[in-house]
Formats: sequence, structure tokens, C-alpha cells
Amino acid sequence: MSLRSPLGRARGLGSAKQGVHHFWVQRVSSAALVPLSLWFVFSVARLHGADYAAVKHWVSAPSVAVALVLFLATLFYHSMLGVQVVIEDYVGHEGARLASLVLSKFVHAILAAASIFAVLKVALG
Amino acid sequence: MSTPSSAPNRPLSPFMLGQYYRFQLTSVLSFLHRLTGVGLSLGAALLALWLIALAGGPWMYAAVARHLTAWYGQVLLFGFTWALMYHLGNGIRHLVWDFGYAFSMKAVYAGGYIVAAASLLLTAAVWALAYAI
Repeated sequence: MSLRSPLGRARGLGSAKQGVHHFWVQRVSSAALVPLSLWFVFSVARLHGADYAAVKHWVSAPSVAVALVLFLATLFYHSMLGVQVVIEDYVGHEGARLASLVLSKFVHAILAAASIFAVLKVALG
Repeated sequence: MSTPSSAPNRPLSPFMLGQYYRFQLTSVLSFLHRLTGVGLSLGAALLALWLIALAGGPWMYAAVARHLTAWYGQVLLFGFTWALMYHLGNGIRHLVWDFGYAFSMKAVYAGGYIVAAASLLLTAAVWALAYAI
């Protein structure tokens, strides 16, 4: 028999208020990607046939550079969340799952940092 | 060795697929959502490579652009365009469900056909813009 009160036993065992965080940020990032990705695809389609100088000129415009940075950050964040779910669903072995989850997050972080830096280098350089 | 009389004289998986098993639009679209999502993650890596090459200078950019403008690069980009348009459209379909709407069988199928048609139309619009202008 425990001398702890029912309230004492229940404390700290409830929701950590984190349960829907992944679900929520995946939805919010997806909503942000609707205008950003449509803008990106149609803009790049108009760049068809453009040479190095023309593409560089397009990226250098402040509005384009800012939109590209927002697009890349949201894209890689959303991709990271999605790939995480796929790994959690299909990689059964616990060690392999942990390793592939960490690897996926690192690769996403590297690609996001490198591509955003590339845009800034072109825009500011 | 004689065949046991109880040997199954019937088609077994994967021969069931297509011939005896009827695919449902709903499950195929659900599967495609995940498949295009994973594919687009690879597309995002290609986008990063393109931008890094652009920052790397004319020589590095030409080395990447040469492949993207080749026929196989254009086929790949066409595939990424459709994958994005499909994932985007079906993502909106998911957002509608998240708000609690369109759960009837009729609405689920109607939404599926709309998303499939919209993905093809938007892909055609993007490539018409690219090649017509």
C-alpha cells in the first residue's frame, strides 16, 4: 500500500502537450508551401532557356531572394517532417531507425543551410 | 514426387494484382501521396544542387545545367513538376479532411478525381509556359 495520494500519483503522467506538435507543424508548413511552391515552379518555368547571367539576375532581385529563402526553409522543414514519418513507419529495427532518423535530419539541415547560403551569396555577392 | 491433392490450384499473390484484385482510387492516391512526397525530397536535393552550382560560378553552373537541359533532365523535371502538383493538390485535400469536411465516399472520390485532373492540368500549364514563351 502506497502512502501517496491519488493526485500525487497522477501528477507528471499526463500529456506533455507535445502530442499534436508534429501533426500541426506539418500542416502549417504545407499551407505555407502552397503559394511558395506554385510561385517557384511557374517562375522557374519562365526561366526556360535562360543562361547563367539571366538566372543569376533573377535570384539577385531582393523580392525573389527573400521568397527563395522562405521557400527553401519551409520546403526542407516540411520534407524533414515527412521523411521522418516514412522512416518511423517502415524501418523496424530500432537502431537502424534511430540512425536513419538522425541521418535524415542532418542531411536536411545541411541541404537547407547550403541552398539558403547559395541564394544569399548570389543575391549579396 | 507427386503433387499433394490439396495443392492450391489457384492464383497467388502477386498474380492477384490487376487480374483479380481491383485497385481503388482512394488507396492508389494515398500511396501516390507518400511516393511523390519522398520523390520531392530528392527533388529538393536537386534544387539545392542547382542553387549551389549557381553560387559556384558560370563553370559549375554550366556543368549542372547541361544535364538539366538535356532530354533526360527535362523528363526528370517534368516528373518532379507532376509530383509537386499532385502532392500539393492532394495535400489540400488532406487539409480539407483535417478540418472535418468531405468524408463521404462520394466526396472522397470526387476530390480524388479533381486532384488527379488538376495535377495534370497544372503540369501542362507549367510546361506550356516553359516552352511557349
